[in-house]
Amino acid sequence: MDCLNLNEPHSMGTTIIGVTYDGGVVLGADSRTSTGVYVANRASDKITQLTDNVYVCRSGSAADSQIVSDYVRYFLHQHTIQLGQPATVKVAANLVRLLAYNNKNMLQTGLIVGGWDKYEGGKIYGVPLGGTILEQPFAIGGSGSSYLYGFFDQAWKEGMTKEEAESLVVKAVSLAIARDGASGGVVRTVTINADGVTKNFYPGDTLPLWHEEIPAQNSLLDILSAPSPEPMSM
Amino acid sequence: MSKAAVDLPPKGGFSFDLCKRNDMLAKQGLSGPSFRKTGTTIVGLIFQDGVILGADTRATEGPIVCDKNCEKIHYMAPNIYCCGAGTAADTEAVTDMVSSQLQLHRYHTGRESRVITALTLLKKHLFNYQGYVSAALVLGGVDCTGPHLHTIYPHGSTDTLPFATMGSGSLAAMAMFESKYKEGLSRDEGIQLVVEAICSGIFNDLGSGSNVDVCVITKGHKEYLRNHLLPNPRTYVNEKGYTFPKKIEVLMTKITPLKERVEIIETGDAMEE
Repeated sequence: MDCLNLNEPHSMGTTIIGVTYDGGVVLGADSRTSTGVYVANRASDKITQLTDNVYVCRSGSAADSQIVSDYVRYFLHQHTIQLGQPATVKVAANLVRLLAYNNKNMLQTGLIVGGWDKYEGGKIYGVPLGGTILEQPFAIGGSGSSYLYGFFDQAWKEGMTKEEAESLVVKAVSLAIARDGASGGVVRTVTINADGVTKNFYPGDTLPLWHEEIPAQNSLLDILSAPSPEPMSM
Repeated sequence: MSKAAVDLPPKGGFSFDLCKRNDMLAKQGLSGPSFRKTGTTIVGLIFQDGVILGADTRATEGPIVCDKNCEKIHYMAPNIYCCGAGTAADTEAVTDMVSSQLQLHRYHTGRESRVITALTLLKKHLFNYQGYVSAALVLGGVDCTGPHLHTIYPHGSTDTLPFATMGSGSLAAMAMFESKYKEGLSRDEGIQLVVEAICSGIFNDLGSGSNVDVCVITKGHKEYLRNHLLPNPRTYVNEKGYTFPKKIEVLMTKITPLKERVEIIETGDAMEE
């Protein structure tokens, strides 16, 4: 039984989220990269910088998403030089969409582009498999997103503050991690607004525990060497 | 019959001429040669002053060990080395190619090569071949921006990590790293941990074996410790030694030196116009 094929293409099982709030956007992702059933990287960074004010969340094939974001970063850099001012989120998202659509037969990657520019403010664009572009107040992607559609329908509201948006994103990613085997590790968030970019990191043991989840232990040895419980006495 | 008027230069790309022949042979029942893989355990970790890379030394052809002491830590630049797992030909070819490209780049720029340059060149090449170049690499080095360690997968994705393992023995080695790695290891602690991880691969993975190679790279200095540890020595040696069964008579001896012996005669007069 060959259940562990280390030559499988690297895929990021993933949960990725992008949420707009009053004044900017918050992007969030888990950190698990898997090769088949083996976790190749338990602390990967799936939120990649395209420009100073635009970031992209990557999901799907690790190689494809890395190459697409490298190309878009390069094109955006040229565009910024030619334009003479920072690129808008819409342009960045459309460059991503052009690559994704024109190479749809060969690529297998879903992306969420988010950022802030002075014309439109905070914007989130989803570019799923196939290369559609869809501007949304919030976007979710990756295998773990299946578990979040209902959650967001209920929990998302217009005009949140930065703190509310960030805690919503962290809560959502941790819910997805709890239920999706292909998502795990830590939660990374990137907040982009007029003041700039803030990156945050939430280690696994700081995340809230959900139904039937066991608290994190530093080492199995702690559990094993714990004293055996006292015998019950009537 | 006259040749064509213009001799076209050979076009690049793969030549499919022999595929029909191979198909015909396969139909007749001839199974093709299996390719040499380096089953492998390769590891890398970042320590206080730089990067330590480690590898086992077994190369396999299917179930047979074809090389008991091969070198899996390849030179890329004076300050960058790369361990390779997967098809041996692919790892050798891709690391050689990028090593040459890096040298040309050094001549162009006049600067020491950076690890990220090697990473981008390798990643581009492997992505272009969509995973068919079966090379899984652990790239490590120290440049002007500091120590770096990356893993590169056959499909072209890369990860940047403080400690990494690849190859069939990667799970055994990663188990050692996950329990014992901490930041700011000293040189000896780092080498000890790398050796433990490789040994874990050698003894628990069938595709890895023989000896441990280690390479320590720090700012401005590198040490390639070939066969740093030999945990699988050949213990039984037949006292009779190896002799030919029947008496062999030497008829003629001819020695051809592989390098020409050049004798310098006294220099003549300087050339005059």
